[in-house]
Amino acid sequence: MSNPTQPCPVLQGGQRSWAARYGLVIALLILGGALAIRLPTFFTGTNLLIVARQISINGILAVGVTFVLLTGGVDLSLGSVVALAGVVAAGFAHPGDWPLVVPVAMGLLAGTLCGAANGLLVTRGRVAPFIVTLGMMTAARGLALVLSGGRPVSNLSPEFTAIGSASVVGIPVPVLVFSAVAALSAVFLNHFRPGRYIYAVGGNAEAARASGINVHGVKLLSYMVCGAMAGLAGIVLAARTTTGQPNAGVGYELDAIAAVVIGGTSLSGGVGGVKGTVLGALLMGVISSGLDQLNVSAYYQQIIKGLIIVAAVWLDSRGKK
Amino acid sequence: MPDAAPPPPVLQARRLSKSFPGVQALDGVDLDVFPGEVHALMGENGAGKSTLMKVLAGLCAPDSGTLRFAGREVTIPNPHAAAQLGIGMIHQELMAFPDLTVAENLLMGAEPIARFPGWVDRTRLKSAAAGALGRLGTRLDPGARMGDLTVAQMQTVEIARALARAARVLIMDEPTSALSDHEAEALFRAISELRGQGLAILYISHRMAEVFRLADRVTVLRDGRVAGTDPIARVNEAALIRLMVGRELPGARPRSGCGGGQEVLRVNGLTRLPAFAGVGFTLRRGEVLGLAGLMGAGRTQVLDAIAGLVPAGSGEIHLLGRPVRIRRPADAQRHGIALVTEDRRASGLVPRMSVAANLTLASLRRCCRAGIISARREAAVAEEQIARFRIRTADRHQPVEGLSGGNQQKVVLAKALLTRPRILLLDEPTRGIDVAAKAEVHELITRLAGEGLAILLVSSELPELLRLCDRLLVLREGTVSGELNPRDASPEEILRLAMPVDPDSAPTPSP
Repeated sequence: MSNPTQPCPVLQGGQRSWAARYGLVIALLILGGALAIRLPTFFTGTNLLIVARQISINGILAVGVTFVLLTGGVDLSLGSVVALAGVVAAGFAHPGDWPLVVPVAMGLLAGTLCGAANGLLVTRGRVAPFIVTLGMMTAARGLALVLSGGRPVSNLSPEFTAIGSASVVGIPVPVLVFSAVAALSAVFLNHFRPGRYIYAVGGNAEAARASGINVHGVKLLSYMVCGAMAGLAGIVLAARTTTGQPNAGVGYELDAIAAVVIGGTSLSGGVGGVKGTVLGALLMGVISSGLDQLNVSAYYQQIIKGLIIVAAVWLDSRGKK
Repeated sequence: MPDAAPPPPVLQARRLSKSFPGVQALDGVDLDVFPGEVHALMGENGAGKSTLMKVLAGLCAPDSGTLRFAGREVTIPNPHAAAQLGIGMIHQELMAFPDLTVAENLLMGAEPIARFPGWVDRTRLKSAAAGALGRLGTRLDPGARMGDLTVAQMQTVEIARALARAARVLIMDEPTSALSDHEAEALFRAISELRGQGLAILYISHRMAEVFRLADRVTVLRDGRVAGTDPIARVNEAALIRLMVGRELPGARPRSGCGGGQEVLRVNGLTRLPAFAGVGFTLRRGEVLGLAGLMGAGRTQVLDAIAGLVPAGSGEIHLLGRPVRIRRPADAQRHGIALVTEDRRASGLVPRMSVAANLTLASLRRCCRAGIISARREAAVAEEQIARFRIRTADRHQPVEGLSGGNQQKVVLAKALLTRPRILLLDEPTRGIDVAAKAEVHELITRLAGEGLAILLVSSELPELLRLCDRLLVLREGTVSGELNPRDASPEEILRLAMPVDPDSAPTPSP
């Protein structure tokens, strides 16, 4: 914390320049403007809904992992948990088997249990979050393959697949789910006591403990929320692809973490929030679908995405000086 | 001391200014530092001392003004440039690489290079280190592991580090704040030695006794301006305080003996080896009980045990006559025990959270309904505390790390009191804060005791203990060595009880 080369402690953190605070919004607007010129069809209602649906899964995951990153932890198991939850949910979603609530509940449960296991190992087990969730990444993938026998779980009920394809008042269900998750999480983090404690634990765990806060409990909660969101993303993905794919979601955790970091949440914890995460996910989504529609090769897209992640954090750290 | 025909100043600042959002930290500061003088820099926290120091050490660029070093106009864009010029800084919080040796720490970044480029010449490394240590008159082994040293020894290495880089100006920020009296004595000898060798020393301290003992001249900053620069012989303590605060402080009156209230805390045979063993005492309503002792006597550890930070291994804690178990801070809080820790940065504050959020952190339940924080209630609580404790902050949303040390300490105190404790444990509540803030904290302690709070006070400053406490307990190497009445106890008597009986088993042995 007390880094001697950090100039003038009065300015560390907190107070950020105008450019740093609104940089993301500005970047989105500039990008939107450029796209509007090059692609007149980009800003039509249907296209925007397609883009929104594309980003909703990454958005849900990013909101979930925001909780963990805020406590100063990390979760690398998201992609595998997405696959596991998708397989589990799909297993209960064959036509005529169970009412819709059962596959949804089971998917969420699978994700939450993975999160709880991560949280317990990090707190009680005192193993580094990186290692714990790296282990979970491998184990959850294995479990998904075992449960599915290595084959996609298909033949899903139309009610279940509607989660991925239906629309309510013109808005796709995944977008509604993402919006609801983001709004609830923002309210929770900003206005609920445990939300405040998440910031305190990430900002200074020792001071939080001395203030009587159950630090282990707060961390466990954040991993469980993150796991539950991964479960939710898994359900949405399985519904959209109409199969529970044990190989789905590879690398999703990194896209999610990238969106959070672009949104200004500190990897060391204690600073940031859902608002930034949503903007980060939007920016990533708009860029990738814009580049898609401009027919930029997927290979180049990866290079551009990588540069944007680093540039966003670089701008953010400059803005704090 | 500069003679009749003084040499030119080695370091000269003219009209230095620096502002941060909402604060004019430096406002046209002039400063001359001559070779061979100890120049004390005093002022309340927030007066601009830290910023001035940071400018001189290349940690922070001034908005305007000029700097001259040995007559040459210079800019100091970074710490490396400062070191190149010959300005060495001894930080308040020591920074060291615990797993490297003394010699490696000493010459970090300036290692002698062997003939084969990129390789460190170990022989020259050791001899250069030994040479620098020798100038300070210490017998530290250059091959010792840094992490095995005491705080005082690490500080010696820091000073030697500056010397090894041919420093001509040494900046010392509160160098004695973590030292025992004995160790401070050794430091003062080293400083005199260096002054004799022609070094200029800029010495920042809140401790009057040190300043009067060491300094040749003193500069007082107030609100970012120089309030005065004088030869030390021309000023006295009252004059310096007047310069610092711009007014005379009412001398705190000693407490009239009260504390005959109901017994709230009884501790029996409290033990956690090797820190402390068999500690027992009682604490009454409205009483201030002092805990005196040398560094490492176990005072902080006893407080930490009662507050549940590091629970005791064995022993009993009775609250209002009932035995209680305290295994974690939440237990202590539930029983009405609040602790203000010694190190506010490590365990008192969440630096990047706002002043308001820090204030309410330990008592957030009171600002909540059904788990939802009421922004209105939190704002009201925070504003009330900011006003009550006169916390100087732009507003309640400012990150607490932007506050000065004294104001941060007030936040920590206010936060503890918001839990509505019956028992308040204070660990060095005035360490590193300025004279005026200190007086405010003293007044507060007296008032809180008057309101019926039971206070357990750990302090390394005997005058503070003698002034504030109703009873005084002395710890020596983890056990209670005596109880005194502060009204007729002399500092010598306290020291006698605090000093180890057998010099070989001193808590901070010299190598």
